[in-house]
Amino acid sequence: MSKKISDRVEETTEGTILYNVPFPKNIESLKELSPIIIKQPYAIDYIHSYGQDSPWFAGLSNKKLLGTKCTACGYVFATPKLSCMECGKECDWVELPQEGKVHSFTVCYFGAEAFLHETPFILGLIEFEGANTLLLTRLVGLDPQEASLKWVGMKVKAKFRRKSQFKPTDVYFIPA
Amino acid sequence: MRPVYVVSGGVSKFTKARHDKTFQAVVKEAFEYAVADLNIDTTKFLELVDGSVASYFSDHFQRQLMSGIMAQDYLGLCPKPSHRVEGGGATGGLAFQEGWKSIASGHMDVCAVYGFETMSHVETWKGNEFIALASDVSFDFPVGGFYSGYYAMMVVRHMQEFGTTVEQMAHVSVKNHRNAYHNPYAQKRQKLTIEDVRNSTMVAWPLTRLDICVMSDGAAAVILASEEGVKRLEKAAGRTLPKIKVTGIGRGTDAMRMSDRPHKKVPLLSFEKESDYKNLKYPGIHSFRAGRSAAIQAYKHAGIKNPIAELDFVELHDAYTSSEIQTYEDLGLCRYGQGGELAVSGKTFMPGVDYGLKLKEKPICPVNPSGGLIACGHPVGATGLMQAVFALWQLQNTIGKHFKDPALQIKNAKKGLIHSHAGTGTYVTVSILEA
Ligand SMILES: [Zn+2]
Repeated sequence: MSKKISDRVEETTEGTILYNVPFPKNIESLKELSPIIIKQPYAIDYIHSYGQDSPWFAGLSNKKLLGTKCTACGYVFATPKLSCMECGKECDWVELPQEGKVHSFTVCYFGAEAFLHETPFILGLIEFEGANTLLLTRLVGLDPQEASLKWVGMKVKAKFRRKSQFKPTDVYFIPA
Repeated sequence: MRPVYVVSGGVSKFTKARHDKTFQAVVKEAFEYAVADLNIDTTKFLELVDGSVASYFSDHFQRQLMSGIMAQDYLGLCPKPSHRVEGGGATGGLAFQEGWKSIASGHMDVCAVYGFETMSHVETWKGNEFIALASDVSFDFPVGGFYSGYYAMMVVRHMQEFGTTVEQMAHVSVKNHRNAYHNPYAQKRQKLTIEDVRNSTMVAWPLTRLDICVMSDGAAAVILASEEGVKRLEKAAGRTLPKIKVTGIGRGTDAMRMSDRPHKKVPLLSFEKESDYKNLKYPGIHSFRAGRSAAIQAYKHAGIKNPIAELDFVELHDAYTSSEIQTYEDLGLCRYGQGGELAVSGKTFMPGVDYGLKLKEKPICPVNPSGGLIACGHPVGATGLMQAVFALWQLQNTIGKHFKDPALQIKNAKKGLIHSHAGTGTYVTVSILEA
């Protein structure tokens, strides 16, 4: 594939600070005025609690992959839920196997602003023996250019970050 | 419950950025178009309408809470009753049904439902981030939140399960962009080839830029009425109004996290048998259980047994070409697993439009004759109502008048379906409209 040469200058939100604009002598022509578009920055640090799901993140920092199991019907959640979606009863924490299979995947060439600098990255949904639901994760160690349906069903194993960030990316999966 | 009629509608031209007006003024464009189409003066209509429903998805795109009331006061609808409806991408479909409830219950005789979204106030990739916040921010968003990525994983599984191909998906893109060529309200009016779609920039494998809808600014409004309300409006308009009736309503839901979707049995439509799906684990991530649930209810309500034969057209939520194919199956336009074949068969194309494709079969139920989200754009809160307006115009036989081009008018359209869908199939609505 030949690389396309762009004929566009990239648009950015950098701009000039403006303290005044022209104003018509004739007030009747005001409806013709172009819209004034300003920049409004917005940043915030949330105090986000993982609440009842917190042990899952504690598990990752101790190289354990946890799920939950319903005390009544036995349904096993690979992404934890402390309330069973199937029967409404309470779930207990259980340890999941650290090997699984790729249920589905994609290669993201674009993304939310927060992850743009990481593109291309691979998202995968992992299925585990004995679990009824899946886990969303990053797949690492695969060439994005080689993406194909052959990746579905691939055996993968968990790897953990040494320095935990207490985010779901503290675990990721690589080919087993 | 009382019968509910859709009597009028209006849509603003969907476009990347409406910097010329604030959202209230864009809503007013759609609202005034709907009122003017009734031949009723705006001031008079404000006396006749009993209340409203406001449809918009996001507070953070504009960094403005309570946008609904700002549209309500700008339109001159205060102090009449109103409430805001929000349900992701299905916001418009849910709002339409809330308006239906207001009339069906006897709470109102005339109800205006207006929807809007202003997505241009942030850059595209920040917008993608905002949309991705409509996924679990503890477990999903931090892994690489990106809606196109989520849908890509869903269609990868559909491909794996059923053999669906990217060329089949590209047919949907060609169809919808080509339909929109005749729709002046659409944001992208393009004649494309299958190669154009596949050679377009890869966004999330296997979805390219032309498999995915764009963000837009826009608004849409519909006016609903009871028998009493129709009489009231007819008196003011000095003419009889075509009666387009809402004959079916359905909704469904599914878990926010795709990882939580179960693997069970298919809830069957009347033409399906359990043996059709012996080895299929449902919905997994390949199908939208919420869409099937909504379809079952709406078909039961409207008495529909064989949707593809009974419906004259469908306006469905094609945020992705893949989700159009998946939705064919949820809506029972074909069996599960046959969506890809249906997409290339020709059955869902418009008669009389040259797509530059070799299609084996004649159109029997055009899907997204307007161009859908892929080509019209997707100003979230307006989208589901835009579908209602285009469906209304099809059933009124007034597409030619409103589009200034008759090419997309389906001859003798009597029964249409509109389908609204929120992120990865969490909320889905189906409504049936009949002339
Ligand atoms: Zn249970």
